[in-house]
Amino acid sequence: MDYVLLAFFAFAAVAVMAAVAVISVRNPVHSVLFLVLTFFSVACTWILAGAEFLGVALILVYVGAIMVLFLFVVMMLDIDVAGLKEGYVRYLPVGLVVAVVMLLQILAVIGVRARSVPFAPQSEMAETANTAWVAYTLFTDYLLPFEIAALILTVAVIAAVVLTLRRREGTKHQKPGDQSRVKAADRVRLVSMPAEALRSTRDAPSGGRAPDGEDKA
Amino acid sequence: MSFLGEGLALGHYLALGAVLFCIAVAGIFLNRKNVIVLLMCIELMLLSVNINFVAFSREFGEADGQVFVFFILTVAAAEAAIGLAILVALFRNRRTINVADIDLLKG
Repeated sequence: MDYVLLAFFAFAAVAVMAAVAVISVRNPVHSVLFLVLTFFSVACTWILAGAEFLGVALILVYVGAIMVLFLFVVMMLDIDVAGLKEGYVRYLPVGLVVAVVMLLQILAVIGVRARSVPFAPQSEMAETANTAWVAYTLFTDYLLPFEIAALILTVAVIAAVVLTLRRREGTKHQKPGDQSRVKAADRVRLVSMPAEALRSTRDAPSGGRAPDGEDKA
Repeated sequence: MSFLGEGLALGHYLALGAVLFCIAVAGIFLNRKNVIVLLMCIELMLLSVNINFVAFSREFGEADGQVFVFFILTVAAAEAAIGLAILVALFRNRRTINVADIDLLKG
């Protein structure tokens, strides 16, 4: 029972308790915050397993970006919390039964033998330079999947924008296409006017109407 | 305490992943009405899968498992972004996120 194992049990206990809190608290905001705690604890267990890059990436990407997005959406939507919790007690027995049976089955499949053999020492590359070790594999064997992942992220960003975009009637917004297509002739109209000498403001304009362009200024 | 193992082993991580996965399944059963908590339970499931990948990567000393966690994180981020966008669009149109009220396709 070394300190690494003790630390693992501490982080795992926090992660499991926070995960139980995620599905059982009443307020969705608290639920998101407990999910943050779960992710953080699991990232700590990953770092214990030597996956330092992924542990830090999990904290940065999940806690920093995705959970903040969740919090933003939860706080933006005006949710009727009481109405959403009805039926909780009704489904509690079946949910517990399914979860416990599934857990027992999975633990039986994992078996006791795999449980008791400690991890072998890692290679020096994996031990000291985890990020470089992952990067070598990522950028050689998995270069095409890496590019596809970038494409997936781009498509997801576009899809999220398109899904939430809406045009409301009566709002004033810019049209960038028209703005960049405009020519100087559309903005300024040059009017040719004959120069007049000694013109007084009381004089009626010639012909009883203003010269071209003067009344439309 | 010998039943807990001598050192950090593969079984510890697999057990943690299994427990988190089952909690997520139970959460989907319990919170059948709240789409946000359903999305959070799916994130929890993906996390437990990632735990298994990291554990096996450590067990076999191969970096491939951690590369796959990287890809799963990418897809999970895309899923969260699109899911929340759908949620916002849904709430804007129906003024509710209750799953029971979303029965447009029922006919």
